[in-house]
Amino acid sequence: MKVNELASALRLQSITEPDGEREIDGCYIGDLLSWVMGRAQSGNVWVTIMSNINIVAVATLADVSCIVLAEGVTVEDSVKAVAEAKGVNLFTTPMTAYEIAAKIAALTV
Amino acid sequence: MSEAAVALHFNVDGEDFTSAGQASVQVKKSLRQLGIDSEIIRKVSIAMYEGEINMVIHAGGGEAHVLIYEDRIEIKLDDHGPGIANIEMAMQEGWSTAPDNIRSLGFGAGMGLPNMKRYTDDMKIDSVVGEGTHIVMTVNL
Ligand SMILES: Nc1ncnc2c1ncn2[C@@H]1O[C@H](COP(=O)(O)OP(=O)(O)OP(=O)(O)O)[C@@H](O)[C@H]1O
Ligand SMILES: [Mg+2]
Repeated sequence: MKVNELASALRLQSITEPDGEREIDGCYIGDLLSWVMGRAQSGNVWVTIMSNINIVAVATLADVSCIVLAEGVTVEDSVKAVAEAKGVNLFTTPMTAYEIAAKIAALTV
Repeated sequence: MSEAAVALHFNVDGEDFTSAGQASVQVKKSLRQLGIDSEIIRKVSIAMYEGEINMVIHAGGGEAHVLIYEDRIEIKLDDHGPGIANIEMAMQEGWSTAPDNIRSLGFGAGMGLPNMKRYTDDMKIDSVVGEGTHIVMTVNL
């Protein structure tokens, strides 16, 4: 499944979507950045409530397919701009991390 | 010892949190352009990011050198920060001295140094309290 297909299936609100054609592969939930760095797998959907600028570099380097901000969390415009420039897909949704993961599992597993 | 085919150098700014990680992002880009295997790129990216962030958070910045040889990639990190008093303890998962304002950004899990060890084939830390920390990590190609 592609990032843009997941976004429309889950009605995720797009903040940036420079690489919507990227394939997704599994999901990782976490807010502590070095846990995400060490444990998230390439292609994962990364679900978090962390919204500061550092999530962009972590997403790039851990090579996740997109970031999904849970619980209606949003980002400052500066974070949006950097994510767009770095080619990082970024979404927000009112759902909890559990609900997002359960839906991803139902769609892809 | 053979000479590095490619050498990259970065000054890591200790003041600017908003650009933290940029050297690592740049290294990732360069390795891609060189056609390096994506699993190797991931290892180097993760290890270098953790080291870069540590220099920003704990040492007020520093310098990074990435040397690409025929058979390996070396990441060298040098800072003139406070040094690490007990390296064995610092290497343990969960051990951190990060202050609260840094923790609120998602850092301070005490997983950075363990990640650096896990994602590289060799890691050497040389640190003197009051003088600074020097780290060399090697990823075999
Ligand atoms: N370059 C450095 N200079 C001085 N102290 C350091 C340096 N790097 C690490 N340390 C010390 O080692 C501890 C453990 O580092 P580590 O990267 O594992 O965790 P952290 O940076 O505290 O949290 P995390 O990396 O999970 O965000 C740090 O809290 C700090 O006390
Ligand atoms: Mg660290």
